[in-house]
Amino acid sequence: MDFHILGQQLVNGLALGSIYGLIAVGYTMVYGIIGMINFAHGDVYMVSAYLTAICLAILSYFGMVSPFFLIVITLIVTVFFIALYGWSIERIAYKPLRNSPRLAPLISAIGVSLVLQNYVQVSQGAKTQAVPTILPGAFRFGTETEFIQITYIQVLLIIVSFISMAVLTYIIQKTSLGRQCRAVQQDAKMSAILGINTDRIISTVFIIGAAMAGIAGVLVTMNYGSFDFSVGFITGVKAFTAAVLGGIGSLPGAMLGGIILGMSESLFSGFVNTDYKDVFAFSLLVLVLIFRPSGLLGKPLVEKV
Amino acid sequence: MIVNKLKKIAPLAVLVTGILAGTFANAADDVIKIGLAGPLTGSNAAFGEQMLKGAEAAAKAINDAGGIDGKKIEVVKGDDACEPKQAVAVANRLVDSDKVSAVIGHFCSSSTIPATEVYAEANILSITPASTNPKVTERDMKSVMRTCGRDDQQGIVAAEYMINKLKAKKVAVIHDKDTYGQGLADAAKDALNKAGVKEVLYEGLTRGEKDFNALVTKIKAAEADVVYFGGLYSEAGTLLRQLREQGSKAVFVSGDGIVSDQMVTAAGGPQFTVGVRHTFGRDPMTIAESKAVVEEFNKAGYKPEGYTLYSYASMQAIAEAMKAAKTTDGDKLADWLKKNGASTVMGKKEWDDKGDLKVSDYVIYQWDKDGKYKMEE
Repeated sequence: MDFHILGQQLVNGLALGSIYGLIAVGYTMVYGIIGMINFAHGDVYMVSAYLTAICLAILSYFGMVSPFFLIVITLIVTVFFIALYGWSIERIAYKPLRNSPRLAPLISAIGVSLVLQNYVQVSQGAKTQAVPTILPGAFRFGTETEFIQITYIQVLLIIVSFISMAVLTYIIQKTSLGRQCRAVQQDAKMSAILGINTDRIISTVFIIGAAMAGIAGVLVTMNYGSFDFSVGFITGVKAFTAAVLGGIGSLPGAMLGGIILGMSESLFSGFVNTDYKDVFAFSLLVLVLIFRPSGLLGKPLVEKV
Repeated sequence: MIVNKLKKIAPLAVLVTGILAGTFANAADDVIKIGLAGPLTGSNAAFGEQMLKGAEAAAKAINDAGGIDGKKIEVVKGDDACEPKQAVAVANRLVDSDKVSAVIGHFCSSSTIPATEVYAEANILSITPASTNPKVTERDMKSVMRTCGRDDQQGIVAAEYMINKLKAKKVAVIHDKDTYGQGLADAAKDALNKAGVKEVLYEGLTRGEKDFNALVTKIKAAEADVVYFGGLYSEAGTLLRQLREQGSKAVFVSGDGIVSDQMVTAAGGPQFTVGVRHTFGRDPMTIAESKAVVEEFNKAGYKPEGYTLYSYASMQAIAEAMKAAKTTDGDKLADWLKKNGASTVMGKKEWDDKGDLKVSDYVIYQWDKDGKYKMEE
């Protein structure tokens, strides 16, 4: 086996894994605080892909060419609008169900996912959309013919994924907002009695979750170049798998799960067979869950007394 | 209180009345309903649009010329999103509640195969303008026909081109694990093997995914000089882009699943699609019979590419058979078409007993640097 091919597959896996991780962080964040799986997360990511394209189109209309400013401004604008989406989704679909059985918000999340998909499909059309290549080029290591390549946008993706995870971990562990989040997670009623505005905390968590999907939407769209209204589904399922694999509720776990999933897909596809890569990835998930039911870094749920 | 309750009920009431109104509106008797079933939504919607535009334009032309014995054609849309399950549901709806007299469709072979079972059982003529999988007409169903070629013919043309013109030594055969894609890839692979060229790689990717980098690295590692892809444009475009991004110069050859300008969008620009080859029927836009129709389309600001004219021709064949045979009985219409043929926008078309075209005319197209494809002589 050639070294450069193994190396390239590791790079492929790392890049794919950090995409999964970046989206998984949003899933895990919401689950960690509210204990609810936000199935609309993948579609929020999809909406942000459209916002990215719109924003890039407007910016290039005004003649902006610098990749740095294009990426930064697109990130800021998209994250702002997608945060609004996150906030209103929580208001419309989850808040009225705050005191209902846990199944109810789950179903309404699936409803939101369908609404977003169909809304985008009808308003934007079912066609594949594309964004121009913002950051072309790549680092290449090796000789002219045998090299390991990592594109600039992949590097950016990996860095941003890890920074996002670190920042969120810091917020949850060290800040006052994080303390309130953890209090709500442990006992929402008690923390409300102690003067924490639980509704506001839950809203904030959703906004942060949507913002993560927004960041992922911008960078992943720039990476692959094309998208349509259905991209949220597969990516969402894979990212959710990554979150479960790493231990849902744990931020570093989501990242770890993403990387393991990406690596296993890439290596299995590269050295065994592409047809069965998903079979392999999901068998791995089953195995992990048999031995560690709460995922790799997840904490077992303690029955609240 | 009451006002509040009313407010809650109001939208529901509107919805219910809407549905009722919908049921009563379909009572007219002087129309002939023809179903148009295909991926009107979903990631292959570009093909659904081609089919719809073609069928609607043909229906309009036939209606303007007096319809079928004075009856107007009404096109009833059915959206299968290229999903077999949805295709069967759509087929049942077209047959049971819309009561169509014939169907044009579907697009994806994986949808056409189960859906045509429904049509054949109800004895309704169905003509697919696009499903090329051999199995479509290999099931002893009299009333199932097509206006396109077959993948076993298409695969042979592609394989001959790869061996003779491209002088391919190492071919990687990739497919999308779907009935159409894998069928086409298998046909090309068999033809290659018969000519003594063994593929260096034979793998299936997953439809809907966006990251094929691992597969691309594998293709590079196999040092393929030609990549043959059986599948549709969204995956083809993504795969092609990632091939080029990783620096592979292998020639990309595919089938009729990429015949749409959406291929360029999916790949991210004409700089990626330049040099791509695909097999497709001899361009119906260039023959004499289609000139007027093509002009009509162009006037309306639509380029009748891909399957538009195939769909147009299907509608013409159905109308011609109905006019001459004076029936809507599927088997009788099919018999008439197989016996007499039909003159369509794509020229005179004749069918064999299975319902396949007697003459298939696959040729190779090449994409240029502006994102257009042209027939290769």
